[in-house]
Amino acid sequence: MVTVAMPQALPGASPAPVPLPKAEARGLSFSYGTFQALQHIDMAIYERRVTALIGPSGCGKSTFLRCFNRMHDLYPGNRYEGEIRFFPDNTNLLDPHVDPIEVRMRISMVFQKANPFPKSIYENVAYGLRVRGVKRRVILDEKVENALRGAALWDEVKDRLNDLAFNLSGGQQQRLCIARALATDPEMLLFDEPTSALDPIATASIEELITELKSRVTILIVTHNMQQAARVSDFTAYMYLGKLIEFGITDDIFIKPKRKETEDYITGRFG
Amino acid sequence: MTQSEHSSKQYDIELETLRSRVLEMGGLVESQILAAIDGLMDGDLRALDAVVEEDHRVNAFEVNIDTDCSHLIARRQPAAGDLRLVLAVIKIVTDLERIGDEAAKIARMGKQSHGRDRMPNAPIAAIKHVGDIAIGMLRKALDALARLDPAAAAAIVREDAAIDEEFRSIVRQLITFMMEDPRTISTAIEILWIAKAIERIGDHSKNMAEQVIYIVKGTDVRHTSVEALEREALS
Repeated sequence: MVTVAMPQALPGASPAPVPLPKAEARGLSFSYGTFQALQHIDMAIYERRVTALIGPSGCGKSTFLRCFNRMHDLYPGNRYEGEIRFFPDNTNLLDPHVDPIEVRMRISMVFQKANPFPKSIYENVAYGLRVRGVKRRVILDEKVENALRGAALWDEVKDRLNDLAFNLSGGQQQRLCIARALATDPEMLLFDEPTSALDPIATASIEELITELKSRVTILIVTHNMQQAARVSDFTAYMYLGKLIEFGITDDIFIKPKRKETEDYITGRFG
Repeated sequence: MTQSEHSSKQYDIELETLRSRVLEMGGLVESQILAAIDGLMDGDLRALDAVVEEDHRVNAFEVNIDTDCSHLIARRQPAAGDLRLVLAVIKIVTDLERIGDEAAKIARMGKQSHGRDRMPNAPIAAIKHVGDIAIGMLRKALDALARLDPAAAAAIVREDAAIDEEFRSIVRQLITFMMEDPRTISTAIEILWIAKAIERIGDHSKNMAEQVIYIVKGTDVRHTSVEALEREALS
């Protein structure tokens, strides 16, 4: 297991609580058919922190992300090896006996391209709750409002909840997808390049949101924008060719990485 | 430190240009101190005037290099070793500019005391000696920066203690002279300022050496003990 030296408190400051892992990948490997995309990854995802996955195209970061909510189950020929332990109950998310639907209630995903359902704003957010069996209007209203507030979208849409989601701007649609993901009170949120299709202002508002959300929810984010990883994350993992090359506190990775491969990548050198 | 090239050649050129301009500034500052101390020893007024005039070139270097650094940060968002290099350059350039100021100060003092009867037994040789140590430290600091050599940088830090000791010895001598003969006080005080300026040059060279260790090792060794600094530099 990769261990990380936690930052020292400044003299006179009270020590920050050491974060506990929310999830741990142990010996995680993954193959698409005959192609091995992930190789023996050991990594902790710390609770109520943002962990960023960075690396060149094809390094396996999205593949790794999609293990957490069993997305790969949707396609035949995929094979997981190893475990992902999820706490506090120590469930192995990859266990075939664990229901992927249940996993996806606890671990939600936001994709690169906003993908709201062809429904109203309200129904987009309520969908996951209805699937879970929530019927009472009062409860749905409350949870939809909380989710939309959590996604910093409520003030913009509260007077048009019945409008089609497609009428929203790109940035608003993405925040709607975040609200949808938050509606089921997930313990972990997975972001797969959530702002690469957005302009700088919309990007900044999503990053701001991520920083607020982490006090409630553990976040794992894949990004090919290194400055974004540096801005929003507490921990950064650098991956290359399916392997975890280096994992550490984001400030350390960006100021004094331990591995030359990491330094070369983040400084834009491919020797 | 990595030797491989950036995907952007332009970025490599910008970093290399930055390094060579810092070394160029270092060369100018070194020649300023040499000229100031030689001019002082020889009583060469023209040389001392030239040092005072040239100080504006040192200042211009500081402003231009700081501007280059801010452009680099804005344009490239440097990370890791590149970031540490740019941050260190900003600090090194401040120290070099201050050394330039000390050289100009020495030159002005030299002009002021020119022609006045030197006090007998004035510690001139001690001044020359401590001046040579200081110039040596600056040269070694610039060399350590050029070669990004943390071990060489660590050696400079030890020499600063030698300068401090020599400076204290000069002060003791001057106090003795002043107590014995109050007519020597004006000259003694001028010599004191000159010795202090040289001692400050040693301090600034030490600061530069600490920045070299930061560039290579990524550790901030300012305000640590010499032993801790050496451990970090040689690790």
